[in-house]
Amino acid sequence: MTPVNMGTTDVATEAHGEGTGLVFHPLDQFIVKPLFGEGPVHWYTITNATLWLALAALSIVLLFVVGSRGRAIVPSRSQSVGELFYGFIYKMVEDVTGHDGVKYFPYIMTIFLFIFFSNFLGLLPMSFSPTSHIATTAVLGFGVFIVVTLIGFVKNGIGFLGMFWLSDAPLALRPIIAIIEVISYFVRPVSHSIRLAGNITAGHAMIKVFAGFAAIAAVSPISVLAISAVYGLEVLVAAIQAYVFTILTCIYLKDALHPAH
Amino acid sequence: MEGDIAQLGQFIGAGLGAIGSGLAAIGVGNVAANYLAGALRNPSAAASQTATLFIGLAFAEALGIFSFLVALLLMFAV
Repeated sequence: MTPVNMGTTDVATEAHGEGTGLVFHPLDQFIVKPLFGEGPVHWYTITNATLWLALAALSIVLLFVVGSRGRAIVPSRSQSVGELFYGFIYKMVEDVTGHDGVKYFPYIMTIFLFIFFSNFLGLLPMSFSPTSHIATTAVLGFGVFIVVTLIGFVKNGIGFLGMFWLSDAPLALRPIIAIIEVISYFVRPVSHSIRLAGNITAGHAMIKVFAGFAAIAAVSPISVLAISAVYGLEVLVAAIQAYVFTILTCIYLKDALHPAH
Repeated sequence: MEGDIAQLGQFIGAGLGAIGSGLAAIGVGNVAANYLAGALRNPSAAASQTATLFIGLAFAEALGIFSFLVALLLMFAV
């Protein structure tokens, strides 16, 4: 089989094979293709991923800049929604990281809104969810990792390494625990990004698998019911995964600000 | 019946990877069940622990997602 290449359009069509019942491939929806015309995808090519990333950014701007333009004491509907988001994330940051973590609130708010809006725009029929690609989530995950590590070293100096050297463990065990802690620290960005991408990919692929069954007349009513149920679950997952990514960012930030547990 | 032994291995491997997703389902159910058991014993403390619940769910689910990813890689990327 051909290797998966994110840039080309023959990813899933190769895997069809003869005799499979599916009319379309469940993973066809994740293909990145140029928005205008055909051809290879370069780094500057405007693709469907670019479009939906831009739409996510645009809808955030619409809600928070245009929607809250009035800055009314008695908020309008869109301003109320914006204030709900703001209050929710602000409280989360304050609860998890404490008062000295509040100045990183804009970064965490940005991450949450971007993931939340990408997830929900990806749920629209015929759309493309940027967060289903590890390329997108890895930038977010490794960005958080680098930022948090830098904050840890800037705030605590070399004492940040004390996070790996647990002083309340027996002395003989400390080197072993330190190795395990270091490994788990470096696995963080990987699991952080794959969790989001995997959840979104799995959910969307599942919807498309049930949609493939809808072509068979005998099972199509069950299939349509199943699609509705899975779609409802996916709405939940889209919100929960944005929340989980954000709260894990807060926890990593707390570890960096207060490394001595 | 065309195809070769490597393809057979891919499909068997992907099926074995799906077992991992099922095991993660047990883990996620365990987290939710224990949360509910605790919440029913002490409902006043339950609301403050929902964040912990979601973190636990996320960690349990992530490992199932990893095995799903391995299955996907076996099917389409090997």
